[in-house]
Amino acid sequence: MMNNFLVLPMVAPLLTGIILIFLRSNVMLQRILALVSIVLTAGAGVYILERIQLEGILRLDFGGWMPPYGILFVADSFSTLLVLTSSIVTGIVLLYSFASTARAEEKMFYYPFIFFLLAGVNGSFLTGDIFNLFVCFEVMLLSSYALITLGGRKVQLVESIKYISINVLSSWFFLLAIAYLYGTVGTLNMAHLSVRVAEVGQGPLLTVISLIFLIVFSLKAGLLLYFWLPGSYSAPPTAVAALFGALLTKVGIYAMFRVFTLIFYHEPEVTNTLIGVMAILTMIGGSIGALAFQDIRQIVSYNVIISVGFILIGLVVSTDAAFQGAVYYLIHDMISKALLFLLAGTMIYLTGKAKIAEMSGLIRNYPMIGWLFFITMLAIAGIPPLSGFIGKVLIGQGAIEAKAYVLLGVGFLSSIFVLYSLLRIFLNSFWGETIISEDDERPLKKGMAVPVLLLGVLLVVLGFGPEMLAPYVSDAANTLANPEIYIEAVMNGKD
Amino acid sequence: METLITLLVGVLVTIAVYLLLSRNMIRVILGTAILSHAIHLLILTMGGLKKGGVPLIGDEPADYTDALPQALILTAIVISFAVTAFLLVLAYRTYKETGSDNLDTLRGVNDE
Repeated sequence: MMNNFLVLPMVAPLLTGIILIFLRSNVMLQRILALVSIVLTAGAGVYILERIQLEGILRLDFGGWMPPYGILFVADSFSTLLVLTSSIVTGIVLLYSFASTARAEEKMFYYPFIFFLLAGVNGSFLTGDIFNLFVCFEVMLLSSYALITLGGRKVQLVESIKYISINVLSSWFFLLAIAYLYGTVGTLNMAHLSVRVAEVGQGPLLTVISLIFLIVFSLKAGLLLYFWLPGSYSAPPTAVAALFGALLTKVGIYAMFRVFTLIFYHEPEVTNTLIGVMAILTMIGGSIGALAFQDIRQIVSYNVIISVGFILIGLVVSTDAAFQGAVYYLIHDMISKALLFLLAGTMIYLTGKAKIAEMSGLIRNYPMIGWLFFITMLAIAGIPPLSGFIGKVLIGQGAIEAKAYVLLGVGFLSSIFVLYSLLRIFLNSFWGETIISEDDERPLKKGMAVPVLLLGVLLVVLGFGPEMLAPYVSDAANTLANPEIYIEAVMNGKD
Repeated sequence: METLITLLVGVLVTIAVYLLLSRNMIRVILGTAILSHAIHLLILTMGGLKKGGVPLIGDEPADYTDALPQALILTAIVISFAVTAFLLVLAYRTYKETGSDNLDTLRGVNDE
């Protein structure tokens, strides 16, 4: 059977990246190729999603090696929805970077690195092998190292040293966990791992290994171990920061969902309780950070952290409704965080200032940016009928079903802090007397306005029409809640 | 043999942690390099050191050695090599820009 198209979401960006390296001097051609390729990648995502609804979970065994021996790609609704969303978000961020990126950086392999990053992200979503997950993480991280330093400003260099060091350490923990896991159960295929772990029982040893995985993914996702995140995410140029905020932490969250619903789901008293405590502390810490800082980029980065904690409530309570909510919220969060970073970057570009106290009355100069910011704020806070609402309701419903009232309370309180922290930006920067005279007003580039508007439209559409996604999301949640579906498709599925 | 290698891994990790905790940027980078060597040895040990013959079709020894850890290490070595190279260049650039290789002086730089 021909499942070869499964590899497209990873290979298309990878090949595009390689081709773009050779087109270094021709920026126009780079841009056109980049757009074509991203449309193709997103198209492959849509096609795979439709095929999954018809045929169930798809897999591709590389080189014809049957599981559990070979390396394989597995596409279920959960991973493909995320692949699709990240491709779309990357496409829109690419559009933005056409307008915002300096010519010199465009010639210094900016687009190839974006595509390598996307290849790593999509690969992490699709892979069915835990070592391959490590490799895809590294592909993603290496491109992010290059992107964060591109431009070579002092603050970028200093922040990237910390960013890279902490990621090298977490990759080390990842390898450590894989080594222990391989030494204990002797396999690396995730479905096979699940079978083996279920056979021998998840004893204390395996639980400890699962906690090492938890450390790794928490570092990547910014769950409690988020100390590196605000600094690193406010250093790079706007478009890159938007990609980081939208995609990188989500890959960590995805890995956590995958590992703790598929492999280590036998000891929820230990693992889920710990994740729950970490999620609560993350939301509290993120809320404090979001209120404490004056710099918009810092505030926005702390908003990323709060949402990480919130999504993981879905994993902790592990009911069907909560999984659905988490999937909805992940999709919403990728789009809204990209939009938020782009808006913050646009504000900084327009005013030349980064502190909220130094801006005022922007809505008079740039009404579109102002209203978009307002809509984004409402969407992230979860006001119906915008896109954050459905995710929050379903996660809340799941938390009530599981009687996790503390999580529920902290989760919804954190929404208020999110609203307040963004409202602070809105009141300070958009309202009030305008301080930019008409002569000094910097024109808003069309190339910046259009992508931001596109993301805003996506948020509204997602808010008004979650039914469009409903069949895919419920299938994704169903697979998360019943790991045997995934295992069956990988171990016994016809090829 | 496995016990010895495990002890060696422990020694390497100790050295690496000591280096990682120092303030000098080059020492930190060397620390990450040693750390990755330690984990490669650990993966090798986890698969079991030489237990039998070469896993080739044709030879028929009674027992095969697991070849998978070697494939894993090969991948991991390439990755850690790339990251270390990148880090060294980055450290050099940072030193030229800031005139310091002391991590204490590189804390919380305010954007000008």
